[in-house]
Amino acid sequence: MRRQIPLVITFIVGSVLIISVFIPHKPFGRLGENFSVYFDIIAVFAFILGGGNLLRVHGNRIYRKHKDWPYSMVTVAGFLVMMIAGLFKIGGSPGITGDLTEPGSMFEELYMYVFTPLMATMFALLAFFVASASYRAFRAKNREATILLLAAFVILLGRTPFGVKLTSWLPGSLSFLEIPNLATWIMSVPNMAGQRAILIGIALGVIAMALRVILGVERTYLGADSD
Amino acid sequence: MSFFETIANIDRRVIFLFIGFAVIIPVLLSFSCTEEASPIVQAIFDKIESLPEGSKVLMSFDYGPSTVPEIQPMIDALLRHCCEKNLRIYMMALWGTGHNLISESMVDIIEHEFPHKVYGVDYVNLGYKAGNQGLINVILTDMKKMYTTDAVGTEIDAVPMMVDIRNLKSFDVILSLGGGFPGVKEWVLFGGDPGNVPVAGGATAVSAPLLYPYYPRQLLGLLGGIKGAAEYESALIKGYPKFKTHSHPGIDMMGPQTVAHIVIVIFIVIGNITFFVARRKEGDERGERGILK
Amino acid sequence: MKAFSHSLISCCLLGSILLATTDSIAQVECSDSVPSPLLPPSEVIAEDHPGDAGGAIIVRWKLSPDEAKRITGYEILRSTSPTGEFSSVGFAATGANRYVDANTEDSLTYYYKVVAVDVNKNASESELSPPARSSAQWFNFHLLNLLIIGGLICGAVIYFIAHAKKGKKLFLRRIAGLEAVDEAIGRATEMGRPILFIPGILDMDDVQTIAGITILGRVAKTIAQYETKLNVPTSRSIVMSTAMETVKEAYISAGRADAYSDDFVHYVTDEQFGYVAAVDGIMVRERPATCFYIGAFFAESLIMAETGNSIGAIQIAGTAMPAQLPFFVAACDYTLIGEELFAASAYLSGEPKQLGSLKGQDVGKIIAMSAIVIGAALETIFAISGSSLFGSLAELMHKLFSIVAG
Repeated sequence: MRRQIPLVITFIVGSVLIISVFIPHKPFGRLGENFSVYFDIIAVFAFILGGGNLLRVHGNRIYRKHKDWPYSMVTVAGFLVMMIAGLFKIGGSPGITGDLTEPGSMFEELYMYVFTPLMATMFALLAFFVASASYRAFRAKNREATILLLAAFVILLGRTPFGVKLTSWLPGSLSFLEIPNLATWIMSVPNMAGQRAILIGIALGVIAMALRVILGVERTYLGADSD
Repeated sequence: MSFFETIANIDRRVIFLFIGFAVIIPVLLSFSCTEEASPIVQAIFDKIESLPEGSKVLMSFDYGPSTVPEIQPMIDALLRHCCEKNLRIYMMALWGTGHNLISESMVDIIEHEFPHKVYGVDYVNLGYKAGNQGLINVILTDMKKMYTTDAVGTEIDAVPMMVDIRNLKSFDVILSLGGGFPGVKEWVLFGGDPGNVPVAGGATAVSAPLLYPYYPRQLLGLLGGIKGAAEYESALIKGYPKFKTHSHPGIDMMGPQTVAHIVIVIFIVIGNITFFVARRKEGDERGERGILK
Repeated sequence: MKAFSHSLISCCLLGSILLATTDSIAQVECSDSVPSPLLPPSEVIAEDHPGDAGGAIIVRWKLSPDEAKRITGYEILRSTSPTGEFSSVGFAATGANRYVDANTEDSLTYYYKVVAVDVNKNASESELSPPARSSAQWFNFHLLNLLIIGGLICGAVIYFIAHAKKGKKLFLRRIAGLEAVDEAIGRATEMGRPILFIPGILDMDDVQTIAGITILGRVAKTIAQYETKLNVPTSRSIVMSTAMETVKEAYISAGRADAYSDDFVHYVTDEQFGYVAAVDGIMVRERPATCFYIGAFFAESLIMAETGNSIGAIQIAGTAMPAQLPFFVAACDYTLIGEELFAASAYLSGEPKQLGSLKGQDVGKIIAMSAIVIGAALETIFAISGSSLFGSLAELMHKLFSIVAG
């Protein structure tokens, strides 16, 4: 019974939502948007579970002096400070309904001067990792890898003004060989064709996966084995 | 260990160091490059340019602090262009982090550079609403179902420019800035396509390739990374030379990006040279073993 | 299908741009310098917007004869009475001959006028449109083609699932990444190090996350048998709850309920890069021997995969985010590309019913490939020969694979 009820709900909701795509009339027309709203409401409440789990896992580590407990301390402190600053609007309009982002409030300051630079730093790491991954991956090991390598060269240079200057001497009749034009061609022809092929495969995979879930053939995500 | 072996097994931190210098030095020397708008960027500029005064532009801030350096220059340039054209700007966010970024952009660009613009008449901040693509689904048919007030709590019907807004179809163009989830793709699939409203996007360079398949039919144009921002800034300066004196971080950042790309290319070349040397050496050794047999 | 329709659209767009350019050049040459009164648009028709939930009326008109010379756009006026006061409801750019008024009440009757406006702000008003009323429909005929094609694909999937129940053996190509799962888990067990599983950064309403969680269920069952430590940091609360339940059931069905701990699955943060920082920290401190990245990923993919690579972990990734695939391919040992991610749980289960659904997918591929080949051939023949027959057939194919938004 515990497993049958979710399967029945999945089947009914899945089928009705598919039908509602084709029927704009009430009550079907707005079912999709209503279910989206229901999901968001559930997700908001589920955050309490997430926050609770975070405090429980890291609280345990601190209590038991787990080998990396100082990191847990930083996590819990960060969580509590941001939550209290936001909830009680410290330094801003008093009361629970005040503006969270009021200039000068503690939450706003933490957001601007701690959170923003930390996030930007993490994203900036990508540039370094792209460089090291490119160094390792772009090797002309075989014919396919060589084509990939050449394409990477053209794109990398084509995205810079240096690439424009490098081939700007070419006569007008050979302008298609200019690096920026080659880069645009690679992006809009072979890249786009490949992306679309992958997207078509993904769309079909999604259909099959969704049908397996709606029909109850796939039920591992419910914590149950398929029969 | 030979020289080539040392290079082949180079510590990744050495590469990181070079990339660091490749970015820092041009920034310190203020090295920048000029840009020409490519067709995919020019298409957005032309669309904004073609809109008559008072047209409604929905701008969605779908990004967070992590991508501010790449996305913010696009926002700044687009806001300047819309303000210059006297378009009505509706700002909203699908990302929680977008809320603060709207406030900052409002202060930095609209209030500072266009002080005659009136809040509620020329621009409005609708703030952040949870729901991702579900939110787009809802506002496709009913905007005021989700937005009962603006970001500062004013009743939505008390905001003059919201009076004739019913749903997404009420807008002349949707600009989604941020290539993550939810972002440009969700606006195309759940807003632009079903509502038949033109959507233009701005995305980080990493996520831009994912959006190319939607151009030009479902996506009227795309600003991809710093280069996209720099190209839009160039188009704006070309169309409105007075903006030359304003900040143009996109153009400024193209210098460091150019140098970093060149350094990566050099590393790839070095990597391939060491690879070929090692392979030849391996071949020779195999050959020698063959003779001994 | 999408690729085909895009290429067709591109060709059509290019064609129309070229035609429009030629037209405008011709008209500019003929332009008269003597100003004449602005001619209004004509034949204004207003009708209910088809295939919607009501609340919208389409207004169509014939362009003003002055369109190419001086028109800057068309203002749409509306009233609920033919003799009443008309107010502006919107503006259509030059060249547009239709406007969707999406702010109507289904119970009211509306009348429209279209006003041509020129560069000097001169206006010229059209005749009144016939009355129109918006209403909701019971079927969206714009989506009929989607229903037919979608029905064919879904029908094929359901047919092959039912067919597989009869026990007919199906051929499935080898997926290297999935065959390496046991080896990867075994390696972690031998090394006495944990296994890290990242189910992507999106919520349970994304099908990639569902695929990731189903694979986690299968992987966790094997891990339970090997008695290896599992670590599943999640970036969404609902994903955490689901993953917790899935792993727990996997341990119970493997007969190792005693080895299960609630700490295996834990919530970190919804914030993308905060999550990456936490995962990187776990990797560097705990040095997992095996890392799985299965689900939806964005820019964080390379940061995680490169860190995993630096600690020498064996890495298996799977995502349907095309932009992240190159990063995973560069940094991981095995990558499940796009559809392989969705096929993975069926492949790992080895159950005929699940495998049957994969066979149904192939029917979809045949439809897509046939449409691309036939469409491209028709378009090419039409471009070379100019034959109207092939032009009409190409147009028909175009319509069959396009979704027309009202």
